[in-house]
Amino acid sequence: MTQIVLPRNPLAAPSRRQLMLAGGAIFGWSLLPKIASAAGARDPRFITIVLRGALDGLAAVPPVGDPAFASLRSTLEPDSALLPLDGFFSLHPAMKNTQRLFRKKEMLIAHASATPYRSRSHFDGQDVLESGHARAGYTQSGWLNRAIGLMPASSQRASARGLAIGATAPLVIRGPAPVAGWAPSRLPGADEDVLRRVLDLYTHRDPQLGKALALGADIDAMARGGGAGERVQAGNARAFMPQIARSTAKLMSAPDGPRIAALAFDGWDTHAQETARLAVLLGGLDDAIAEFETGLATAWRETVIVIITEFGRTVAVNGTAGTDHGTATAAFLAGGAVAGGRVIADWPGLHSAALFEGRDLAPTLDLRSLLSGSMQDHLGLSRQALSQTVFPGLQTLKPAAGLIRT
Amino acid sequence: MSGRQTSPPHRALTALNRFGYGAQAQAPVSLKQIAADPRGFLLQDIARPGAALLARADLPSTADRMAAFFNYREMVRAAREKRSFDIENNRVVEPQTAKPSSGMTPPMQPTPENSNGAGVPNEALRAYREEVSARLHQAAATPAGFAERLVAFWSNHFCISASRAQPVRIMAGAYEREVIRPHVLGRFSDMLRAATQHPAMIFYLDNHISIGPNSRAGRNRGRGLNENLAREILELHTLGVNGGYTQADVSALARMITGWTMVGRQGRLGVPGEFAFNANAHEPGAQTLFGKAYPDTGVSQGERALDDLARHPSTARFIATKFARHFIADEPPPALVAKLADVFRKSDGDLRALTLALIDSDEAWNTPLSKIRSPWEYLVATARVFAIGEQQTRGFWGMLYQLGQPVWTPPGPNGFPDTNSHWASAKGMKTRLDLAVFFARRNAPRFEPRALLENFAGEAASAETRRAIAGVESREQGLAIALMSPEFQRR
Repeated sequence: MTQIVLPRNPLAAPSRRQLMLAGGAIFGWSLLPKIASAAGARDPRFITIVLRGALDGLAAVPPVGDPAFASLRSTLEPDSALLPLDGFFSLHPAMKNTQRLFRKKEMLIAHASATPYRSRSHFDGQDVLESGHARAGYTQSGWLNRAIGLMPASSQRASARGLAIGATAPLVIRGPAPVAGWAPSRLPGADEDVLRRVLDLYTHRDPQLGKALALGADIDAMARGGGAGERVQAGNARAFMPQIARSTAKLMSAPDGPRIAALAFDGWDTHAQETARLAVLLGGLDDAIAEFETGLATAWRETVIVIITEFGRTVAVNGTAGTDHGTATAAFLAGGAVAGGRVIADWPGLHSAALFEGRDLAPTLDLRSLLSGSMQDHLGLSRQALSQTVFPGLQTLKPAAGLIRT
Repeated sequence: MSGRQTSPPHRALTALNRFGYGAQAQAPVSLKQIAADPRGFLLQDIARPGAALLARADLPSTADRMAAFFNYREMVRAAREKRSFDIENNRVVEPQTAKPSSGMTPPMQPTPENSNGAGVPNEALRAYREEVSARLHQAAATPAGFAERLVAFWSNHFCISASRAQPVRIMAGAYEREVIRPHVLGRFSDMLRAATQHPAMIFYLDNHISIGPNSRAGRNRGRGLNENLAREILELHTLGVNGGYTQADVSALARMITGWTMVGRQGRLGVPGEFAFNANAHEPGAQTLFGKAYPDTGVSQGERALDDLARHPSTARFIATKFARHFIADEPPPALVAKLADVFRKSDGDLRALTLALIDSDEAWNTPLSKIRSPWEYLVATARVFAIGEQQTRGFWGMLYQLGQPVWTPPGPNGFPDTNSHWASAKGMKTRLDLAVFFARRNAPRFEPRALLENFAGEAASAETRRAIAGVESREQGLAIALMSPEFQRR
């Protein structure tokens, strides 16, 4: 039985206005009646960003204080200097906004964290990450949708509380609770990653198609203003992520706008050329975070963004200047409502005895406790509701405390 | 040539892909069942009564389409006249009419043709889209797809072009339904006559303005012969460019089909929009074609000429080559072409016999699957493998423009080329990839990449493709790669 829990503070809903379209196409929402409530009341925003492909937490947030780290990852060192965080952990040089927010105490990082999933399949890992269940196979709804379903409905809002970004809603926000959707009206076209994978396949199986596609992609890149050489980098991601963030922020700033959003970004599966690719991808993600900060404006104070990925990557570097699938990784909590300025980690160490299955950073923090802790304190969901409905089977875990400013 | 197949391709997949439009998401017949009797699977498809006809029965006839067109033209004229003049600002004021909404189609817009300057919704474009949609739906829904592939082949052989003029656009769907579909398993000569006498073809290749110089109309107006249709009949529909006809033959045929026209709005010659024989425009006298004399017997003069063209030995060879090229390989096996030409000749152009001879041949089942799916075939196969319903396929007609194969709109009367070098173009492949990503995003919640691959390729899926799909970082990426795999792109 679903337990309806009132948030600690009612939502503000001053007037009935349409969702701002921000140049995209809105589809699938239900208009609900609303009641005006006290001015100045809390109006929390909660955004989930799923990074698909398994973000290398050790590259994004390098544990420089660990004596084993430097020698293990020397070949993947970024070109510019790492950004210091707290003496033990540093930050990838492309994440300047993240460092700035960390200093402002609006960024919290959870390292050596993972879901309960211990295999290494992207599909299953993402299912576990987004469904909120302890194992794969549950694809009917996501934990965020179930959380939305627990929040007081109709009377408070003029429109659906949830917002899914993309041509298809990420699993995390799919489910019975109605959710609006938005996607950019101009498709960015195939990203460099999928293009590269198809070209690789053609190299082995179909040279005729490979030649044609390579030429077509080059021409395409030139038409967009780049040169033929740009094709091998994740060029699109750099501009795409902040653009999506900007549009999402705009939608969420509307007085009647959605308050809970989910986005997904591809491209993180850095089996090869990791240094170059992460530089671009993390830069794009960092710019996206800044776009949220700017775009949400005064609402930033009441915002929590969780940035999560299905698992991490191997500690060791592979034969193609990249890493393979791993286990524990880093997660980020960003926003004016976050009690930030620290890295939460029960650090297991990187010496070989400490590694999970002899190859991966061992997980010491269950991601669900991070997520449930942030939702309990930021959205006012009860622990019981979180452990029964949002993260079934979480009874034994404690929601992490103190993640949200009081 | 693709791949390194040394053994004959999997027979069930050959049946589905070489001769059909590929696997369906919810197929009524499994790959295993097809493998038990792949030839029977195809035979069943074409043995059904009315196999190649469009199941949907409510689409208008050619005459009705033309009636709608005449009506539309009137509306445009009336709307233009309603424009008032704003004296103060010294300008013409357009009447306020709602623009049709663009819906959720992907951002690939077709050649614009909806401007009539009067804000009236373009009826020709609407009808065209409706017909494309019906064709697509049938191709996606039919279990085997063999009959539909035959329709697509013959429609391209006797092609018209919707971009020639609005009347052709509005008639294009009806043309295929009335001229092509009833005859793909019938007689070539019947299809030839139906095509040549259809107003869409007549209009497309200017025969409605071809006047016999010595006809009453010719003598009165001093207008003359237009050889366009006659030439294309010889060069493209029957003998082929090397079939052995001369300029004299072209002119003779052109004269014989003068007066073959379409009834105009006034309906003086019959039902508006239908074929009519205008005796006033017909060139009088006997004509000689390939050394044979054809007395002037009115409309049947040209009809008998067409019948004889259908029987010409070069025609058998020309058709057999195109037929084999479309289904088997860009360079069709010579033995197969010879066999098919023989069957065509001996059966007097019986297209069912021709089709059976094709699927009875060894080459049909032993030749590697090397032909790249045309854009139409690619989109239909995608619609099938994702069970994309009629609502979501509404944008497909525009995608086909982007892919270079807008339906019933070939670049010339020789139709769309049927070769890999044409379809595996740089832009074409990049556009296919962009679309694959688009479809993958839309369908990621419902499909798992490895299962999809298993469905359309089965055990024929290569190790490399399996590996590429297994290594992806999201469902969307896996589905996109599956669609771009050689197993899906070639048939």
